[in-house]
Formats: sequence, structure tokens, C-alpha cells
Amino acid sequence: MAEALFWPALFGYGEAVLAYSSARFTRLGTWGVRLGWLAQTALLALQAARADGFPWTSWAGSLNLFVWLVVGTYLIWGCRPRFRLLGLTVMPLVVALFVAARIGGGTATGDRSHYGNLFLVLHVGFVLAAFAGFTLAAALAGLYLLEERRLKRRAADILRLKLPSLVTLEQLTTRAILISVPLLTAGLVAGFVRLRQHGGGIDALMGVTIAAWALYAAFIVLRPAGRMGAYFALTGFALVILARVVLAGSHF
Amino acid sequence: MRLSVVGISHHVAPVELRERVALPLDRAALLARGLGDAVCLSTCNRTEVYLAGDDELPALSSLEQLAGEPLSSVAYRMHDEAAAVHLFRVSAGLDSLVPGESEILGQVRAAYDAARPGPFLDRVFRQALALGKRVRAETAIGESPASVPSAAAALAQQVFGDLTGRRVLLVGAGRIGELAAGSLSARGASIVYVANRSHEASAQLAERFGGEAISLDEVPGKLGDIDVVLAATGSPAALIGAGDVPSRHKRPLFFIDIAVPRDVDPAVGDLDGCYLYDIDDLEAVVAETLAGRRVEAEHAERLVALEAERFKEWRATLDVVPAIASLRARAEEIRVTELAKLGELPDDERRTLEAVTAQILNKLLHLPTVRMKEAAAASDGSKYAEAVQHLFGLEEEKR
Repeated sequence: MAEALFWPALFGYGEAVLAYSSARFTRLGTWGVRLGWLAQTALLALQAARADGFPWTSWAGSLNLFVWLVVGTYLIWGCRPRFRLLGLTVMPLVVALFVAARIGGGTATGDRSHYGNLFLVLHVGFVLAAFAGFTLAAALAGLYLLEERRLKRRAADILRLKLPSLVTLEQLTTRAILISVPLLTAGLVAGFVRLRQHGGGIDALMGVTIAAWALYAAFIVLRPAGRMGAYFALTGFALVILARVVLAGSHF
Repeated sequence: MRLSVVGISHHVAPVELRERVALPLDRAALLARGLGDAVCLSTCNRTEVYLAGDDELPALSSLEQLAGEPLSSVAYRMHDEAAAVHLFRVSAGLDSLVPGESEILGQVRAAYDAARPGPFLDRVFRQALALGKRVRAETAIGESPASVPSAAAALAQQVFGDLTGRRVLLVGAGRIGELAAGSLSARGASIVYVANRSHEASAQLAERFGGEAISLDEVPGKLGDIDVVLAATGSPAALIGAGDVPSRHKRPLFFIDIAVPRDVDPAVGDLDGCYLYDIDDLEAVVAETLAGRRVEAEHAERLVALEAERFKEWRATLDVVPAIASLRARAEEIRVTELAKLGELPDDERRTLEAVTAQILNKLLHLPTVRMKEAAAASDGSKYAEAVQHLFGLEEEKR
């Protein structure tokens, strides 16, 4: 059954990548994202039902959940025909991470939930939701830098291959970070409560996550504009990738 | 029923001739009504009359009267499918001077609304208007600017998004600067300052845009609180240097320099948060977008071809409509006559009989009706129509 849901989801996301490469098929791409996300939602629901709890305990499982959150965030904030190139930035990443989650066994059913503790479920849920928001913010920041460079270089095709305006990209990046930081804060608080209950030390992943939190908190306080803001968002995302991909195995 | 069109456009007639036959909307509608079932479309690039029928000579005579000279050598005349394709291309913006320009669709709609044509032209024009909307929705043909002033405004939108409330400083009071400022203003920007060597000219332009006239010396001092600088003077040397621009930490500053020689030092473009486009850059952007429009036009032509095919099929079905109508009328007449023979009946029984016989009739005639329309679309319609008329004696009825 999980197979029957994984492939439609991957097909939907993959179709979106192809469709977003041409302005003519943007709407088709959006439908691919929507249908893929629905299939992945059903997959996650099936995993949760079979596990009788929170089954995304492995790095691959949490990557699966993370992909779902990224696509969900994209659907809410960025899935508009005018933002085709944003889709072209986010969706290939989504496909790659989703495939990685499958290779790691994160899309299969049958794992029992190891998270009996509500605080742990909240911790993982909030942290992953925040990471999804930071991923979107990084994609927007990347687009900002690209568009800024094209404007500086006075690219002749700037109105033909249209990106959202600099101000729009900057506002969306800021908004994504503003929403994600409280989520990360809540996730960290839940994690610390659980740590206090069960004991244990701070590992590398926790250290990197706290560093990411500090960086994004600095972003909110300083509100760096323009290129500086984009560099902030991308540096934060590098920490997120470090935590999600490189150090994920060390935490579970 | 035939569709015809006669007219002149920028393809075949110079502006001196086009302006003589150009009509305001009310007069164009009056001309159309004088010609019977017709629609007159008159814009700065074309005046043409669409007719339900094949006699376009009265329409041509009317245009010649306006022109004051014979038009037979320049006017185009088209019929049926060719005329429909022409109308479809016009409403899609494919026949315009700048392919994909958006005004023409509104002009076609206005001409159609004003003329209030009969059912045949009504159907054709509704199809053309729907196609025009579809072309704009499904292709990017009208999205990119096609002139330097509109490119300047579109580039400002690439920086700021919505231009509502964005503050513009216009340096120079010449025609091209005024046009670019108008384009920015039309998109919501406020022209807050107009600077010029001649105070009278800047005051005049500032009044038009609701801004303030300032001298050229005041320009550097105003750069801190504006978003867009539009420079278009005839000054022989640059008026704005990199040293004049205050540091921009939070807000971008966009320079549009359409002056030759340039008014803004190119070093300004290297400053953080500053973006500078000169006339060559803008012309390159326009050339690129026009090339893009041509690519999109190919897609739009395919949509036109699809609509032309639909028009052809629909028009062919019109050949069998009289036969279908006669057949149904004959069947209805028989039904009513036979029911009348039953004499007096209780109301509920009569209602039941009415309903049952009408249903039988509809079911019986449904398939022949559909088949005749299909045959008509496949060019066999007239044969089927003749056969039906012969088999049911409809011709004799007529006689």
C-alpha cells in the first residue's frame, strides 16, 4: 500500500519539475504538486496508522515528513503561476530528498512508534516544520540573489524569464523566517523538557540546531535587507542541511 | 449564412488614409446599423466592417465615402472561414502592429457591444472574444512590454513589485521622459519631483502629475527619499554621480537613464542597492521581449487554427438547420392535429397525452438531428438535408 502511495507522490513532484521548466505548463506543474502532496499525505497517514503513533523516528522517516512540510509550506506561500521559477528551485530539491527518504527506508510502513512522549512528538513536529520554513526561505533567498544579479548585470531577458520582484522575494523570505523561528523555538523547548525528564547531554545535532536558531533570531532582531538578508537565510539553511542530512543519524 | 469582412489596416494603408476612415465608437456603430447585420471595428490601426452576408460592396462604398477616394486597390475582402480567421487573429492581437498588444480585445468588445449584431455575427464575435481572452490566459504574448517607456516601468516592477506609493523623481521635462513617467504613474507610482533646467517646463509637468517642480541643483538632495529616478534631459554631461547617492541600507534605488548623452554616471549602477538601466539596456530588453512575443505568437496561431476549425464545423451545421427546423415543425403539426382528433378529454388525461407524445417525438427526432449536424460538419450536410426534405415531403409543404 505504501508503494502505491509513494510512486504517485513522486510522480506528481517529478511532473511538477518538468512542467515548471516551461512557462506554458505552469498550471500543470501546480496540479502535480497538489496531487503529489495529497498522495504523500495519505502515505504519512498510513504510516502513522500502522505505527499507532509517531513513526518517523529514523533519519529517513523524518526526511519524508520534512519533504511533506516543505511542499506544504510551498503550497501555502509560493505555489502561484507567477512564481514558476521558485517551483523550479524547490521541487527538484523535494524530489531528491523524497528519493533519499525512500532509499533510507523512510517511506515504508511497519515501524512501531518509539515516541510515546508527547513532548518528543511536539519536538520533532515543530523542529521539522521550522526546517521546512527555513528551506523555503533559503529557496527565496537564492532567487533573490539570482534576480539581484540579473538586475545588476542588466540582463536583456529579465522580463522574459520573470522572477518575483526583489521586494516581494525579500518580504516572503522574511515572512517564512518570522513564522519558522517561533516553531523552532517551540520545538527546542519541547526537546529540552524531554531532555530534562530523561536526562542526556547535548549532541552535535543539537548544537548545530541551536546555532541555527541563534542565527535566525539575529535575523529577526537585525532585519538585514537586500543581499545581506539573503546571505543570512542561506547560512541558516546550511546549518539546517548540516543538522538534517549530515548529523541526523547522530541524534536518533 | 456567410461571414464577410471588408476594411483597411496598417498592413495595407498609410496613416494618412487610416485617419480619414477612422471613426469614433458611436459613429462606427451607426455605420454598422446602416449596413444591416454588421459590426464596424475602428481603431487607429484599422477600420473594418464585418457582415452577415456576402455583399460587402455597400460597406466598401461607405468606407470610400469616408476616405474620399476609391479603396478597392488597398481594401481587403474576405469571406467565411478566411474572414473568421481574420477576426480571430485581430482579437488575439496577432494582427496588431505590436503583436499581442492588449487594447485590441477591448476595442473588439466595444465595437460588438455598440453594434448589437444579429445571432450569426453575435456567435462569431463571442467566439472571437473568448479566443482573445484564452490567448492572453494561455500564452505570455501580452505580458512583456513592447516600448522603452513601458519596459522602464516593467523593470521598476521587477525591483519593487507593486509600484503603488513608490516615489519617482523625473529629471528632464522632454517628451520621452514624460511618456516613461506616465507609464510609471499608470502603474501606481507617484511622480513626486520634476527637475528641469527650465522651471516653467518642470512646473507644467509637475502640475500634470501632481508633483513638485525643483531645480537640477536640488536633485542630489532628493535622492534619499525616492525610489525611482527617471532621467531624460538633453544635458551634455552626467547630472548624477556615484558620490551624489546616499547609502541605501534598506531600500533599493532604481535609475532609468533614457538620456543621450547619459545623465547618470554608470558607476552608480555598481553601488549597493542601486540598479541602473540606460537607453541601450532598455532597448535590448524590448528587443528580447519582442522576440519572446513572436515565439508566443506561434502558440497563439495554433489556438486560432483550432477556433477556425470549430467555426467551420459550426457554420456547416447551419446548412442543415432549416431542414431540421422544417422536420420538427412538420412532426409537431402532425402531433397536434392527431391529438385534436381525440376531441374533449379530461385535463389530466390531455396533459399526460401531450407529455407522452412530445417525448416520443423528441426521442424519434433526436438521432436524425444529431446525425444531420455531424454529416454537415463532414461536408455531407446538404445531401442529408435534401434527403430529409424529400423523404418527409418538406419541399412540397413549402410549395
